[in-house]
Amino acid sequence: MINMTINETQESIIDEFSLFDDWMDKYNLLIDLGKDLPVIDPKFKVKDFLIEGCQSKVWLHPDFNGNTITFTADSDAIITRGIVALLIKVLSDRTPEEIISTDLYFIEKIGLRQNLSPTRSNGLLSMVRQMKLYAMAYDAIKK
Amino acid sequence: MKDIAEIRADFPILNRKVYDKSLVYFDNGATTQKPRSVIDALNEVYTTYNANIHRGVHFLSDMSSEAYENAREKVRSFINAGKKEEVIFTSGTTGSINGIAFSFGERYIKPGDEIIISHLEHHANIVPWQMMCERKGAVLRVIPINDAGEIIFEEYLRILSSKTRLVSVTQTSNSLGTIVPVSEIIDAAHANNIPVLIDGAQGIQHDVTDVKAMDCDFYVFSGHKIYGPTGVGILYGKEKWLSDLPPFQGGGDMVNKVTFEKTTYNELPFKFEAGTMNYPGAIGLAAAIDYVMSIGLGNIAKRERKLLNCLTERLTGIEGLKIYGSSGRKISTISFLLEGIHQYDAGMILDKMGIAVRTGTHCAQPVMDYYGIDGTIRASLCFYNTIEEINSLASGIEKVKSMFA
Repeated sequence: MINMTINETQESIIDEFSLFDDWMDKYNLLIDLGKDLPVIDPKFKVKDFLIEGCQSKVWLHPDFNGNTITFTADSDAIITRGIVALLIKVLSDRTPEEIISTDLYFIEKIGLRQNLSPTRSNGLLSMVRQMKLYAMAYDAIKK
Repeated sequence: MKDIAEIRADFPILNRKVYDKSLVYFDNGATTQKPRSVIDALNEVYTTYNANIHRGVHFLSDMSSEAYENAREKVRSFINAGKKEEVIFTSGTTGSINGIAFSFGERYIKPGDEIIISHLEHHANIVPWQMMCERKGAVLRVIPINDAGEIIFEEYLRILSSKTRLVSVTQTSNSLGTIVPVSEIIDAAHANNIPVLIDGAQGIQHDVTDVKAMDCDFYVFSGHKIYGPTGVGILYGKEKWLSDLPPFQGGGDMVNKVTFEKTTYNELPFKFEAGTMNYPGAIGLAAAIDYVMSIGLGNIAKRERKLLNCLTERLTGIEGLKIYGSSGRKISTISFLLEGIHQYDAGMILDKMGIAVRTGTHCAQPVMDYYGIDGTIRASLCFYNTIEEINSLASGIEKVKSMFA
């Protein structure tokens, strides 16, 4: 997984979801992904790293090693956590340049676009924005 | 009274499928669906007599103005207001409360004065008063609630004082469903010569409302929550207040004489209706009132009590389900949570089963804070809902529980 490019990872997620026609199966997969999400260090589950949505909360912590950014994250809602897990899979351990230039098309392809709509206010859209902002900030530091 | 199949046939949207499942619409607290007669009334305005009101000398403008003023009379008689002049069209409950908060503040409020609201209020009956208090140096006082989600009346009597200038409370809680004893609240305030505003956004559609019997000074509600169009609402005010209050918006139609030195205002109700009003909305609201009157508010209340009892019984029987708000007097709205399951997760799974509920704080964050929770799942039913739909919700909840177990 770690050696895949961002788009290869997106394609593999699309493949995985294409196995399921039924919504319940897709959500069951998200629930499992949410359960498998590596645990965020509790010390980062604080206000500074909180992305507050109206419906669910997301915590996001970046760790930059000078080359790539490792994201850890969590959510109080399990389905949101499943989508968080997918975003981490795609965008974590990437260079800032990669993260900034990524077009996240997999969300639409697996039929979860609504979950990233501003009207849902579940913290996910803000999470993607925040990941890109961190990438831009680290990119600026690097230069 | 029409039977339930006939009633449901009046609402075209109730027939539709979502995700190939029959729609179970339990989000009536957010907005209600529209009967065919309301949709037809809007259609008729735009296809046969659309023209701006009170402005033209032509045939269509007369027709449109007449329909708009007939709508005002319809609302007047529906809430039993004394005069047409006491019925102002607005954009909705939020617009009505903001308007009164502004005008009342400008006219009467001095630093140190107090406004009383309750802990049950929707944000629309909190924020406008906070804004006014900030502008005028006044203080917002809050009637506390108990664990059942009822206001504590003795506490209300305790904070009511010579500093109180206005009491503004909801008729029913939008988040918990509690029916608030507004008549008692009004009586106690009036004993001290304090006017009262009643937020009827979640009250008007559930039972007979008689502003004269209630004796409230202001009553506000939204068209879209009583099966009418969105973007139109009502501000009822006793004439003595509305005559004395300054307008909250300036513009066309609300004026008598405009010069650059001074403008004199039009008489009631036009003084408060600046600019082009939502006249199709008002006409649609009149059609909605005709519709609910044809069913009868008493019949609606009776049917909704039956639905509430059934829903309460079904939900109480589900293990790990906790209902928030246990007052003996409620509208057909229930807020609940499932043990160990986030309300957003539950809402998303229910949605995929065609069941529309609302999750989150329901624009009533202080109520959620009281219970120390982030939000609830809210099922808000109305008279067109059925026992079968309640059964669908109950089995949907069991499915949610099995998925997140």
